[in-house]
Amino acid sequence: MIARYHAPFAEQGSHTIDADIANRLLKISLGKGGDYADLFFEYSVSGSYIYDEQILKSARRAVSMGLGVRVMKGDATGYAYCEDFSFDAMKEAAETAAQIAAGGKPVAPLGVSMMRDIPSRYPVPVESLDVEGEAKKALLERADRAARASDPRVIRVDASFAESLREILVANSLGHMARDRQPLIRFGVRVIAEDGGNRQSGSSGGGGRMGLDYFDERTPEAHAEQAVRQALVMLDAREAPAGEMDVVLGPGDSGILLHEAVGHGLEADFNRKKTSNYSDRVGEEVASELCTVVDDASLLGSRGSINVDDEGQLPARSVLIEGGVLNGYMQDRHSADFFGTSPDGHGRRQSFRSHPMPRMTNTMLLGGTDAPEDVIRSVSRGVYAKKFGGGQVDISNGDFVFSLTEGYLIEDGRVTAPLKGVNLIGNGPDAMRKVVMLGHDFQVSDGIWTCGKDGQSVPVGVGCPTIKIAGMTVGGTQMAG
Amino acid sequence: MTKAEDDAKALLDLGQSVVERATTAGADVAEAGVHSGSHLSVKVRKGKPELVEEAGSRALGLRVMVGQRVASTYTSDLSEAGKRTLIEDALELARLSESDAFAGPPDRSELSSPSEWKDLDTFDEGVSKITADEALERALQGERAAFAFDPRISNSEGASFTRARGVSALVTSSGFMGSDCGTYASMVVNPVADDEGGKKRSGYHWTAARHYADLEPSQAVGEEAARRTIAQLGATKLPTQELPVVFDKDAARSILGLFAGCIVGGSIWRKSSYLVDRVGTRVASDLVDIVDDPLLARAPGSRAFDGEGLLSRRSVVVEAGVLRSYLMDTYSARKLGLKSTASAARSPSGGVSPSSSNLMLKATSQSRDELLAETQHGLYVTGMMGFGFNAVTGDFSRGASGFLIEDGKLSHPVSEITISLNLDQILQRIDAVANDLDHRTAVASPTFRVSSMTLAGS
Repeated sequence: MIARYHAPFAEQGSHTIDADIANRLLKISLGKGGDYADLFFEYSVSGSYIYDEQILKSARRAVSMGLGVRVMKGDATGYAYCEDFSFDAMKEAAETAAQIAAGGKPVAPLGVSMMRDIPSRYPVPVESLDVEGEAKKALLERADRAARASDPRVIRVDASFAESLREILVANSLGHMARDRQPLIRFGVRVIAEDGGNRQSGSSGGGGRMGLDYFDERTPEAHAEQAVRQALVMLDAREAPAGEMDVVLGPGDSGILLHEAVGHGLEADFNRKKTSNYSDRVGEEVASELCTVVDDASLLGSRGSINVDDEGQLPARSVLIEGGVLNGYMQDRHSADFFGTSPDGHGRRQSFRSHPMPRMTNTMLLGGTDAPEDVIRSVSRGVYAKKFGGGQVDISNGDFVFSLTEGYLIEDGRVTAPLKGVNLIGNGPDAMRKVVMLGHDFQVSDGIWTCGKDGQSVPVGVGCPTIKIAGMTVGGTQMAG
Repeated sequence: MTKAEDDAKALLDLGQSVVERATTAGADVAEAGVHSGSHLSVKVRKGKPELVEEAGSRALGLRVMVGQRVASTYTSDLSEAGKRTLIEDALELARLSESDAFAGPPDRSELSSPSEWKDLDTFDEGVSKITADEALERALQGERAAFAFDPRISNSEGASFTRARGVSALVTSSGFMGSDCGTYASMVVNPVADDEGGKKRSGYHWTAARHYADLEPSQAVGEEAARRTIAQLGATKLPTQELPVVFDKDAARSILGLFAGCIVGGSIWRKSSYLVDRVGTRVASDLVDIVDDPLLARAPGSRAFDGEGLLSRRSVVVEAGVLRSYLMDTYSARKLGLKSTASAARSPSGGVSPSSSNLMLKATSQSRDELLAETQHGLYVTGMMGFGFNAVTGDFSRGASGFLIEDGKLSHPVSEITISLNLDQILQRIDAVANDLDHRTAVASPTFRVSSMTLAGS
């Protein structure tokens, strides 16, 4: 089957970019004497379907494409882009980016050749964009019907399906050229339940670098049921406690803790600039010895996985913290040059309009040996965190917050009353040292997370087991009395 | 004709041809939004250039209706093939959509015309002329000022200067044709200081304006950024307690931003706001007046007409604490049985939804220092973190940093705490509002005080 959407720069496209054109553009890019140049061709198509008030209310599609040219000279980067693939437009972008090295002598790039043995981490038999819209409408209808049928207190349901395809071609002055075709889907259901004057929402979502085969494992009905369950539970929620107490994080989604508390601070750009509280700490103990944290781009079909990064490097599995000891940072090319190491596939960017930075892929705290029930049983008064709305970190000092959308009180070793939405706040290294138990129930979160940094968004994955943190600040409204 | 007028003419022509083609292809309604823009963005760090980025872009967003079935498409590919895909996809998707009884463009009689549009002075040719060298020099000056301000400024996340220029056009099959242009320049300085225990403190200050001449001097921005960074040194947690909380104008704006999301018509008919059915009732203390004013000269959210072509107008949202109006586009107004407040925002990708323009909490005559002086004990919040807000219930809980207020003065710096209270209560407990409102941002508020909130800490 021939895919409906194809990059113009692909082999049979209208503006095929071959090694010869790439070499000519790289030569122009280094025409003023830059140290390094790369070309990032991107073609992306995205679509979305919104099902609301029992109809498919709107459908959208967007096509975006262009070339980003980067030239580096010392620590300085010149960047320019164009949105069409005519040689003149591309040449102008290359000349603009080249200006960063103005005054230097032209440098000859190494001739590019296509990389071989690029892994295949998201083999999708039929891309979602090639499936007729009726099939996606049917999935949304199923979620809507299931949610409405499940409880009379459900007063609103909306369901959405988003799909995208991103085709990239990267060529650099070191002679590498690589391509990738990155599919992504995301499904979501949101409900509002009302009882008396009390109104609460619940949601559930998931997806990944997959086709509609995703729904063989996780049905629209299962998401609807989750969303309804969450909204109904929240109807009974009470005010959360305020102050420091033990916190147990459920498996999967709680991996956002690692992403915020540890991950961002280990991105090499902050450490190159020594603005992270993890700077100059490789080899030091930065977490309890139970903790091994990895960033792994190779998970099959996961939202954060990539075959090739946006600088043309092949990413694999990076061990960031091993047995509590800091092992290393996540590198892009710029930082790797600074640290005298090799780029390890963490150079990512939102689109051809932006330059790459060190970014996470799938960030995970590996599982331990405790039974999850035992972890909960060990807490006399605390909070059990199940679902999250998001998180944020201040890289410089490691303070992070993350907001709970579903949490419960733990009393005398038992999960009891549901709590209203509440924020947890902590400090990265401090919280990681207080990890005192880890469950054997490691899970990767279903694909819903998007990470923002310097105004650039990229899809990521997270994962973890049940985690006990001995003492963390819970931001409720109820003073201990 | 000026360059901006030339650009606008070209975009209007492009929009018109796409609207004509879409209607010929079977669309009953077609609306094209066309944008073109250019920007220069530079960053320096430790006295050296780190990034120089320069580019221009163009894009086309299309919304079509077949009967009352709606779809929208977007492309940055303006080749003939790109435009053909844009139109074909839009029609294919509209036929997949289902009929929505409330969908449809505004009535022709509501559309505005060029003679009614105010000149809001949002364009400054001087901004487009800033060269990369000038931009680098301004950023370098700002960073140098931060380093010179205090020897404890030991590092830098850098200083950036950005200038942007945009022209957009809207053409609809109901006969509306309008264009708009604007410029924007901004600078930010982000110094870093070392604190105890390997922690670092990062602070920033920024300036932004539509006209080059309205920017704060680089020196002042750098010094203020350094002052804010140094002030945080030695920050600690506070014990869990209930106390008065003063939000500085940056933090106050962030609170007002949450409110902005709860007063748009889309949140109301979706019952996704705690303000459903609250028009005419008290939603804030009687010190609180909130207006949305798209007609302010040189302001970031100003526009002569809205995303559906209606004439922009000022809306009183809250008057002496009583909710007077939601902000609505045509669709949400129909859903609620009300009239549009000309609050439609059209996204580049073609979708239309209601949004605030310049949303402001009105200033009083009291200075910030007078407000602080009458606060014996309290928390002064300068920064907030995280996403702890539920619009459906109004529940609010976010990470916060700032200063302890003792005897009417800022004292010890505070971090790693959370503050919590339902937004409805936050606004009803506002017992003082200051006079320090500025228009750097589209949502803007002066400093205000909330009589009591829960602080969770040690």
